[in-house]
Amino acid sequence: MDKTWNNKAWFLVLPVLVLVAFTAVVPLMTVVNYSVQDTFGNNVFFWAGTEWFEELLSSSRFWEAMVRNLVFSFIILAIEVPLGIFIALNMPKKGWGVPVCLVLMSLPLLIPWNVVGTIWQVFGRSDIGLMGYYLNAIGIDYNYVQDPFDAWVTIIVMDVWHWTSLVVLLCYAGLVSIPDAFYQAAKIDGASRWAVFRYIQLPKMQRVLLIAVLLRFMDSFMIYTEPFVVTGGGPGNSTTFLSIDLVKTALGQFDLGPAAAMSLVYFLIILLLSWVFYTVMTNYDAER
Amino acid sequence: MARIDVNHVRHSYLPNPRTDADFALREVHHTFEDGGAYALLGPSGCGKTTLLNIISGLLHPSHGQLLFNGRDVTNLSTQERNIAQVFQFPVIYDTMTVYDNLAFPLRNRGVPEADVDRKVRETLEMIDLASWAKKKARGLTADQKQKISLGRGLVRSDVNAILFDEPLTVIDPHMKWVLRSQLKQLHRRFGYTMVYVTHDQTEALTFADQVVVMYDGGIVQIGTPAELFERPRHTFVGYFIGSPGMNVVPVAIEGRTATLGSQRIELPGVPKASAGAVELGIRPEYVRLGSDGMAVSITKVEDVGRHKVVRAKLEGREIAAVIGEDETVPAEPKVRFDPAGINIYADSWRVEMGA
Repeated sequence: MDKTWNNKAWFLVLPVLVLVAFTAVVPLMTVVNYSVQDTFGNNVFFWAGTEWFEELLSSSRFWEAMVRNLVFSFIILAIEVPLGIFIALNMPKKGWGVPVCLVLMSLPLLIPWNVVGTIWQVFGRSDIGLMGYYLNAIGIDYNYVQDPFDAWVTIIVMDVWHWTSLVVLLCYAGLVSIPDAFYQAAKIDGASRWAVFRYIQLPKMQRVLLIAVLLRFMDSFMIYTEPFVVTGGGPGNSTTFLSIDLVKTALGQFDLGPAAAMSLVYFLIILLLSWVFYTVMTNYDAER
Repeated sequence: MARIDVNHVRHSYLPNPRTDADFALREVHHTFEDGGAYALLGPSGCGKTTLLNIISGLLHPSHGQLLFNGRDVTNLSTQERNIAQVFQFPVIYDTMTVYDNLAFPLRNRGVPEADVDRKVRETLEMIDLASWAKKKARGLTADQKQKISLGRGLVRSDVNAILFDEPLTVIDPHMKWVLRSQLKQLHRRFGYTMVYVTHDQTEALTFADQVVVMYDGGIVQIGTPAELFERPRHTFVGYFIGSPGMNVVPVAIEGRTATLGSQRIELPGVPKASAGAVELGIRPEYVRLGSDGMAVSITKVEDVGRHKVVRAKLEGREIAAVIGEDETVPAEPKVRFDPAGINIYADSWRVEMGA
């Protein structure tokens, strides 16, 4: 192909480059700048080199938070994806039920995250919360403030409540795009319910599922607001995720250097994991 | 294989149909003989796909009964009826290979793998996709995909009937011809009962032994292609079949003579009834253009290759005549109607003529 190379075309993307530079690159560079320096206030900085990075990567606090994050993401993906598919499959395809279901499904997504946290914080309290009180009343010893297991259950249930809708809506969009002829042909071919799911519905949902898994993974790996509001990272450090740890370091202790180093590592981890996810899933797609 | 009796079947998509207009299928009562090749021909919205889906069990008729070989199957599911159906747009399972696509209907029915393999290979040969067997179905062209859909219909040898719902819509004209003759061959070889829905008269006339013409939710005529051409039972059949369609002009009848304006036309016989709106129908092929007969004014001459279509006005009525490629239009054109091609219609339905 004969293409005309014209470097003037770069001017056309210049506005975007400038915009991205100000919104993303410049702040990121500021963080890079902090991460290699130390300060004791008064805006006086000292060169620290890779000290913060070394300290971070050798601290058990960081790795524990990281493991908590991974476990959390794994659990909510394992629950939200199958549950989302299941709900999407059972949603009505036509009639008055469609708008009703769509609105119900969108509700949790419309609530601000800190409000979601507050709702569950109150909902789960064993003294006045609707759920907490009655769980205790029927003899289940539930107290998320003191019991790490209860705290985890609360946060996971909250996240499932909050985000399963997203998976549902994405899957539903995939499902309604399947023409009726496919289901009719499947009937003619004598396909079982499972075969219809496996060979018609799942392949059609595959692309949106890829997006759903990616979004839910990134989001859950960055989770901050809701556990911060509900448990504040406790009891102990049992629900302290990377983001909560980061804020504690940066704003609680005003250790800008270590916090910046941590941010960068955190950013790279997300970037890396997202890339791995995406590559694995698109390759799998291409193979099939 | 089976004989299919459609017993006074009516169908409406509305929950509480009241008038005839609410019915997509007003009333169909017809027998598809075992091993016959039928075409359901009609314009869009005439109910032909509805009838097909009722036969295959995808739709449950509002009224009436469906019999396969005399056995009532009205309440049986599609799967229990053991029918193959090919849809207008290709349906393929795109995560499977071409081979697995064809094997799918057999495996679902628990056919032993050795038989599956034999049948699938046979079918792949038939639809000319043997070299594609191991390929993913996803990357195929539209007509290859449609061949797979066809193949999934043909792979089951024990089906009661194979139904086609405008299966060649997405296929190239050349491939259309090839596939249609392949279907015809298959029909001769295996004697399947085949019902083929189409709105394309060429497709219907070349494929079927019996063409069922549908119009407005009912069957208007069933016949061989020749019958439909020579003796359309309803003026709609006259318009719909043939290119151009039949000329239909309102006339007054008196014994053996029809009067059109100031013209008098000799009829081949005396119509047995002439009440209601009486019309005379004659195909353009039977309109003779020459220097004697009824004076017409020519409006247009279309050269369509093998012959010419002459559009003219007779007593203010549009008529068409077909003349040979080499014939010329006379200076003072006149037309005669060949008595062999004259049909008389009362209220759109054909009336017999006595001697």
